[in-house]
Amino acid sequence: MRYLPLTPDDRRAMLARIGAPNIDALFRDVPREAVVPLSVFDLPETQGELEVERALSKLAAKNVAAGSAPSFCGAGAYKHHVPSAVDHLIQRSEFLTAYTPYQPEIAQGTLQVLFEFQSQVALLTGMDVANASLYDGSTATAEAVLMAQRLTRRGKAILSGGLHPHYAETVETVASLSGQVTRAPVTPGKAEDIAALIDNDTACVVVQSPDVFGLIRNLRPIAEAAHAKGALLIAVVTEAVSLGLLESPGAQGADIVACEGQSIGNGLNFGGPYVGLFAAREKFLRQMPGRLCGETVDAAGKRGFVLTLSTREQHIRREKATSNICTNSGLCALAFTIHLSLLGEEGLARLARINHARASALADRLARLPGVELMTPSFFNEFTLKLPKAAAPVVDALAQKGILAGVPASRLMPHEAGARDLLIVAATETNTDDDFAALEAALKWSVGESQSDQKEVLA
Amino acid sequence: MSMNNQGRPSQPGAAQDNDIPTISGDRGLDLEAALIFEIGRGGVTGVDLPDVRVNEKRLGELRRKGAVGLPGLSEPEVIRHYVRLSRQNYAIDAGLYPLGSCTMKHNPRLNEKMARLPGFGDLHPLAPRAATQGALQLIDQLMTWLTTLTGMPAVAMSPKAGAHGELCGLLAIRAAVEARGEKRNRILVPESAHGTNPATAAFAGFTVDEVPAKPNGHVDAAALKAKLGPDVAAIMLTNPNTCGLFEGEVIEIAKAVHAAGAYFYCDGANFNAIAGRVRPGDLGIDAMHINLHKTFSTPHGGGGPGAGPVVLSERLAAYAPLPLLLADKDGFRLIEDRAELPAGAKPFGRMCAFHGQMGMFVRALSYMLSHGRDGVRQASEDAVLSANYILASLKDVMSAPFGEGPCMHEALFDDTFLEGTGVTTLDFAKAMIDEGYHPMTMYFPLVVHGAMLIEPTESESKESLDRFIAVLRGLAEEAKAGKRERFEGAPRYAPRRRLDETAAARKPVLRWKPDPLPQAAE
Repeated sequence: MRYLPLTPDDRRAMLARIGAPNIDALFRDVPREAVVPLSVFDLPETQGELEVERALSKLAAKNVAAGSAPSFCGAGAYKHHVPSAVDHLIQRSEFLTAYTPYQPEIAQGTLQVLFEFQSQVALLTGMDVANASLYDGSTATAEAVLMAQRLTRRGKAILSGGLHPHYAETVETVASLSGQVTRAPVTPGKAEDIAALIDNDTACVVVQSPDVFGLIRNLRPIAEAAHAKGALLIAVVTEAVSLGLLESPGAQGADIVACEGQSIGNGLNFGGPYVGLFAAREKFLRQMPGRLCGETVDAAGKRGFVLTLSTREQHIRREKATSNICTNSGLCALAFTIHLSLLGEEGLARLARINHARASALADRLARLPGVELMTPSFFNEFTLKLPKAAAPVVDALAQKGILAGVPASRLMPHEAGARDLLIVAATETNTDDDFAALEAALKWSVGESQSDQKEVLA
Repeated sequence: MSMNNQGRPSQPGAAQDNDIPTISGDRGLDLEAALIFEIGRGGVTGVDLPDVRVNEKRLGELRRKGAVGLPGLSEPEVIRHYVRLSRQNYAIDAGLYPLGSCTMKHNPRLNEKMARLPGFGDLHPLAPRAATQGALQLIDQLMTWLTTLTGMPAVAMSPKAGAHGELCGLLAIRAAVEARGEKRNRILVPESAHGTNPATAAFAGFTVDEVPAKPNGHVDAAALKAKLGPDVAAIMLTNPNTCGLFEGEVIEIAKAVHAAGAYFYCDGANFNAIAGRVRPGDLGIDAMHINLHKTFSTPHGGGGPGAGPVVLSERLAAYAPLPLLLADKDGFRLIEDRAELPAGAKPFGRMCAFHGQMGMFVRALSYMLSHGRDGVRQASEDAVLSANYILASLKDVMSAPFGEGPCMHEALFDDTFLEGTGVTTLDFAKAMIDEGYHPMTMYFPLVVHGAMLIEPTESESKESLDRFIAVLRGLAEEAKAGKRERFEGAPRYAPRRRLDETAAARKPVLRWKPDPLPQAAE
C-alpha cells in the first residue's frame, strides 16, 4: 500500500524490539469476541491512484458543476471567481498539513494569517474584534445567539423571517436548550416589524441582510429598538462580498456579526467546508466562542503571534467553556484572507459593484417577462421573482435544459404557502450575457407554457 | 559536529557563536513577513476587474459611505507574502509530527485532486436534485464505508468537526430520552476525556459528572457503574482512551449503561487504532463521531476544516438530524422537510446549513478506496506497532506510567524522568523543536503529571522512527546529565524564540489597527 512505509521485515524487527510475538499481541486488551476478521467488512481491497481517480471522476461527472452551465443558485452559497493564486497557496504543504498552532514558535505562518484574517473580518464587518473563524455562517449564527443569551442572561431569541431557514433551524436546535427561539413571520420582499416583537425578556434579535430573498434590510432602527430594551442585535450576512458595497453591520449598530465567508476565496463544495466569520464589540470579547490569535513578543523581543484568551475554551475550561468548538475553519479562512488580500480595497469595491450591476441587469430583463414580478425592491446580487406558477417544477424543467435557474423558495420553506411561486435568483461576476439570455429564454418558455395552461383552463 | 534533519548544527550555542545580526532582519532562508496592512497601499490590486458604476436606487439607501480599510497589493506581493509566511510553519509533509490524539498522518495528494473535480468542488448545495446525483451517491458510498467499518446501522453526515459530532450524538441521546418520557440530565465523563466532551455535554444542556481513572490508566469501571442511576442520560467514553489504552471492560460497561437506561457515547478520536479490526457496534456503543481529519487523513489545514460524521445505533438512528439521504427509484434524494420523513424518523433538528463537509467526504472516500479494507486494517496495525516501538525504545530513559504495555496508537510518558533536572515537560518539548521535530502533545491527558503523548501514526518509516527515538533518547540523557541550558532557552533555531503568552492574554491585541490619524467617519 503506497501510503504505508513499513516493510514486512521492518514490522518483524519492530515486534522483536517490543518483545511481542505478533501484531495480535499488541491488541490483547481488546476483548477477544470484539476482534473481527477482515472478511466481515463487505468493502473493496486496496486500489491504485488510477482506479480511484477513475471511480471518483465517474461520480463527479454525474453532477452539473456551476461553472459548466448557466447557474443562478445562491441562497447562502455563491459562485465567484477565485484567483488561481489562492488555491496554489493554500495547497502549500506548510499550510495544508500543519495542525492547530499550539506550538507558536513553529507556527507563525498560520498564526500571522489568523491575525490578518481577524483584522480583515473586523474591518469588513465594522466591528471591534473578530475570532479566527467558526465552521460556517449557520453555526456562527447559533453561537452568536448563545453568546447573547449568556451576555444578557435572558433566554428569548427572535429570528427575522428573512433569516435563511437552514440558519434558523440550526439556531433552534441549540438555542432552544438554553432559552426560547421565536421566528417572525416570513414576508418576502418586505421587512417585517421585528421591533414590535422585542420585549424585556429578549436576549437578541437576529436579522439577515441581504435577507434570504435578497432584500437589503436597514438594521439601524432594529438596533435602536433592541438596545432600548436591553437586547442585542445579531446581524447575519450570507454573502460576504456584499460588505464591499453596503454599509457594514457594525456601522448600523450590530452587537455581534455572524457571516458566511464562502464567497471570498472558497468554492461551492456542495455546501462545505465553508468558513464562519464571527465579530463583536470589544466589550463582549470574554464571551466570544472560538479561537483568538493575538500579538505578542518572543524572548528576543521580536513580534510574534499566539493563540490567546484560551481560558474561554474547552481544552482549559472544559464544561465551563464558552463553546465546545475545538477547531476553526483554518484552511478556508486562509483562502478567504488570500483572496481578500488580492482584492484589496479597490478590488473588493469593484467586485461588489459588478455583482450588483449584473444582478440588477438580470432582474430588469426577467421582470419584463409576462406574469413575472420582481419581489425585492432592493438587493445586492440576489433577488426574488414571483412566477405565475410553482417555482420548483420550473427549476427542475430548466435543469433538464441545462440551466440552473436558482433556488425555489419552497425548497427552503416548504410549508410557507406564499413561497410556492417564488424563485431566488443570484447573479455574480461569473454570469455572462449568454447566461442571462439562456435563462431569460428558458423562463419565458416555461412561463409561456403556464399562461397557455391558464388560457386552456379559462376556455 | 552533528547535524539534525534541518541541516543546522545541533550543538547548543554553536549557531549563536556565529550569530551576527543581519541588516535586513532576515537570515538566509529565514525570511520575515510584515503584515499585509504594513506592506499594502492604495491604488494597487491583485485582481483586474472592470470599474462599473452602480445605480443606487436598489441599495435601499444603505450604500457603504466609508472605505473598508483594506490594503492593496499586487499578485506577486501577495504570493511572496504568503509563501514567506508558510515557511514559518512546521508541517507533516516536512517532518514527523507526533502530536498525540491529533493523528498527523500523511495527507495523500490524490485526495486534494479529487475534491477539486468541478463536479464536487464547484457544485452548488441547492442545485436541483437531478444535477447532484453523483454527489449524493458519493455521500451514500461514504456512509456505507463508515457504517460497515463501525458495525453501526446509521450515520449522520452533517457535523462539521469532532466536537460538532459530539453535540450531534448528545442531541440524539437527549431526543431519545425525551421520547421515552424521561428526564435524565447527567452525563458521566472520565477525567481523562478530551476537553470537548465535558464542554459538549454542558453545551447540550447536561450536567457533567467526572469518573476517576484507575492508577493503570483505565477508567474506573466500578466507580462508573456506581454513578449510574435514573438521572444519567449517557456516558462519554473515549476508546482507545487518551492514555493510549484500550478499555478492555468496554462491553461490560456498555451492558451496565444500557441496564441503567442510559446511552453509550464513544469519542471516536482514536478510531484510527482499531479501524478494520474492531467494530464499535460490537462493543455496545450507541453513538460515535469519526474525525475524518484524523482516521481518514483529510488535511488539518492549520486547525481545520474537519468533519465529524456520527454513527448511530438502532436505538438512536431515528433521531438523526436533517437532512436525511434516501434512495428511491429515481435515484438519491435529500429529505430536508419533516413532512417527507420516512416512517419512524424523528430528527432532533439540524446541525448546520446544507449537508455537511462535502469537500472532506470526497477526500475521505478517496483515502478509503485507496487503502481498501485491507489497507485500513494495515494502517491501524502499523500505527499501533509504531507507537509500541516508541514505547519499548524509550521507556528505559523516559518514564512511561503505563510502560508495561502494550499501548494502542499512542505512547504516553510523564515527567518523572525529569525530576530534579530542573527541566520541565514544556522545556523538553521546546528542545525538540531545535532538533527539527514538532513536539508531542504536552500536559494532556490531565490524569498524568507532565504528560507527553506521542502518536507516530502509520506514515513513518522505521528509519524515521529510529532517528526520532535516537533524538529523544539524546535529549532525555542530556536533561538527566544536568545540561539545562539546552532546554531553558529552547527553541533557539525556530523562526521565533519562546513567545510571551501571558503578555498576549493580559493586554489582548487581536487585530491590526490603522495609525490614529483622523479617519473619515464611515
